[in-house]
Amino acid sequence: MKTIIKIAWRNIWRTPMRSLIVIGSIVMGIWAGIFVVAFSYGLNKQRTLNSIQNSISHIQIHHPEYQRDYNSKYFIKDSEGLKSTLEADENIKAFAFRSLLNGMVSSPIKSNGVRIIGINKNQEKELTRIHSGLVEGNYFESKRRNPVLIGEALAKKLKVKLRSKVVLTFQDAENNIVSGAFRVCGIFKTQYTKYDEGNVFIENSDLQRLIKSEEFHQVALLCNSIDQVDSTYQKLKSNLSDYEVKDWKAISPELAYADEVMESWLFLIMIIIMLALIFGIINTMLMAVFERRRELGMLMAIGMNKSKIFFLILTETFFLSLIGAPTGLLLGALTIKLTAQTGIDLSIVGEGLESVGLGSVIYPEIQSHFYFYISVMVFVFTLIAAIYPSRKALNLKPTEAIRTI
Amino acid sequence: MEIIKTINLTKVYSNNGLEVKAVNHIDLSIEEGEFTAIVGPSGSGKTTLLNMIGGLDDITEGSVEIAGINISSLSENELIDFRLKNIGFVFQAYNLIPVLTAKENVEFIMLLQGVSEEERKQRSEYLLINVGLADKLDARPNQLSGGQQQRVAVARALASKPRFIIADEPTANLDSHSTANLLDMMAEMNEKEKVTFLFSTHDQRVIDKAKRVITIEDGKIIKDERR
Repeated sequence: MKTIIKIAWRNIWRTPMRSLIVIGSIVMGIWAGIFVVAFSYGLNKQRTLNSIQNSISHIQIHHPEYQRDYNSKYFIKDSEGLKSTLEADENIKAFAFRSLLNGMVSSPIKSNGVRIIGINKNQEKELTRIHSGLVEGNYFESKRRNPVLIGEALAKKLKVKLRSKVVLTFQDAENNIVSGAFRVCGIFKTQYTKYDEGNVFIENSDLQRLIKSEEFHQVALLCNSIDQVDSTYQKLKSNLSDYEVKDWKAISPELAYADEVMESWLFLIMIIIMLALIFGIINTMLMAVFERRRELGMLMAIGMNKSKIFFLILTETFFLSLIGAPTGLLLGALTIKLTAQTGIDLSIVGEGLESVGLGSVIYPEIQSHFYFYISVMVFVFTLIAAIYPSRKALNLKPTEAIRTI
Repeated sequence: MEIIKTINLTKVYSNNGLEVKAVNHIDLSIEEGEFTAIVGPSGSGKTTLLNMIGGLDDITEGSVEIAGINISSLSENELIDFRLKNIGFVFQAYNLIPVLTAKENVEFIMLLQGVSEEERKQRSEYLLINVGLADKLDARPNQLSGGQQQRVAVARALASKPRFIIADEPTANLDSHSTANLLDMMAEMNEKEKVTFLFSTHDQRVIDKAKRVITIEDGKIIKDERR
C-alpha cells in the first residue's frame, strides 16, 4: 500500500506541468465556487437583514382582520396589555407601536401613493435604521408641528427638499377623507429604493390628532437574534390569540423562499463547478493511463492484481484533488475573510442593487459547514472522476499493452 | 522434474474474418533447470507461445500446465496471482517502473507477494549485487543504460522466486557488450541456482548459450535440439 502510494505520488509528477494545470483548475474551481457561494449567501443575507432592519422586523402583530384589506378601523385593542406582555419577554430586544394608513402625499408639483407610518420616534429608533439612514435633516428633532420623514427617492419624485411642505391625504377609521400639511424634517435612504419611494414616517401623536384616535394598527418587534424568532413567534402566537402574529417569513414570503432555496441553489452551483472540474481530471487521468499502457500492462503481467491497479489510479486522482482542494478551500476562506471585512464595493451598479433591496457593498459570508460539504463533494467527485480512467486501465490486456510503443 | 507442459496448444487470431494460426498444436515439455531458447523467424509464433505459457494470452485450443496446474482453469484473478508466485518475466523493452529506483523495482514484486520489509531489502540488494549493479541500487531507470535496466529486470524476475523465467527477446535492444554480460549472468544463475529460463530470441549469441533450442516456424515446432 505504502509503495503504491509512493508510486502514485511520483507518477503525478512525471508530467509536472500537466499535473499543475489540473491542480490549478481544481484550486480555481473550488475558490470560485466558495466565493460564489459566499457572495450569494452574503447577498441574500444582506437583503433579508435590510428588509428586517428597515421595515418588516422579526415579528409583527396586527388586529386579525387588518391584513385582509388594510382598513384603518382594525386597531390593536388593549395596546397597554400587549405592551406589558412584550416587555416581559426577555427574547424581545425592541418593539414599536405603529399606526398605518394608506394615502397620498402631494407636493405642489406631484402626488404619490404612500404608506403613512405613524411612529413613536424613540421606540422606532430601537427597531429600525431609518434614523441612521438620514441623508438630510434630522430625526423629528424639530419643534415645529407635523414633521415628516420621506425617502430620498420620493423627495426626488415630488421634487421637494428639506423643510418643503407636503400634504398627506388619507381616510380615517370612519372612511372620512382627512388631509394634513406636513413639513419635511428629514430625508432618509435605505438600501431599497421602492421602500423609500412608498413610505413616509410621521409622529404617532400628529397622526392620532388627525384621525382622532389613540390606537395602533401594528406592533413590530425585534428579537435579540434571528435564532430566537421561531420560539418567540410560537410563544406569542399561542399567548396572543386575539391578534394575528406573523414572523418575517410569513410577512415577506419571497425572502423566506429565497432563504430556504439558497442552500440548495448554492449546492447546485458547486455541483456544476465540480462537474466541470471532473472532466478536467478525467481527461488528465485518461492521458496518464494512455501514456502508461505498457507500464500498466507490465504491472498486470508480473502479478499486480486489478484492485491494486484501480487503487493506483484512484490514488493518483486523489493526489491531484488532495493538493488542489485544500489550496482552493484555503484561498476561498482567506478571500472571504478579507472581503467579509472590507466588503465588495459594487457602487457602479448600486442603483440596480438598491432597486431590489440591496446595498452597494456586499459582504460575502459562508457558513462553516459548507467547507465540510465541499470537502465531501470533492471526495465524491474525485472518486467518480477516477472510475472511468481506472476502468480503462483495468480493461488493458497485458500482452497488447506491453507491445505498445 | 517437468515444470511446463503444453498439450495441443493452439492460438488462432481472427482478423476481418481471416483466421491466422499463430501457434499450431504444440506439445512441449520443459524440465526444471533448463536453459531453453525458442527461435524462429519473425511472426513464427515465439512470443505468442511464451505469452500463453505465461498466462498472458488466451488459449484457443489445448492446455498449459505449470507444475501440474492447468492454467486455463484459473480465473483472471487467480491467474494474476499464479503469475506472481510462479513466473518471472523479462521483457524486450525492460519495462521497469520509471518512478522507482532499481532497488525499489526489485522490491516491488516481493511487496505484491507480501514479503516482509527486511527480507525484501536483503533479497533486492543481494540480487542487484549478483547482477553486477551494487553501485546502482538507488538509480532510477533513466539513470541506467539499456543493459543495466535489463539486469534490473532479471533481478526483478528472480526476486519473486519463480518456478521459471520467461524472457521475450531480452537482448533485442542491447549492444553486444551488454548482451554478452547479460547472457553470462543468466547462464551463471541457471548453472549455480538452477533457475529455469525460457527465451524467445533471434540472437545467435543467445542461441549459442542455450542448452536446448526449439525452432518454430508457422506456429509449429520443427526442431527441438538439446545440447
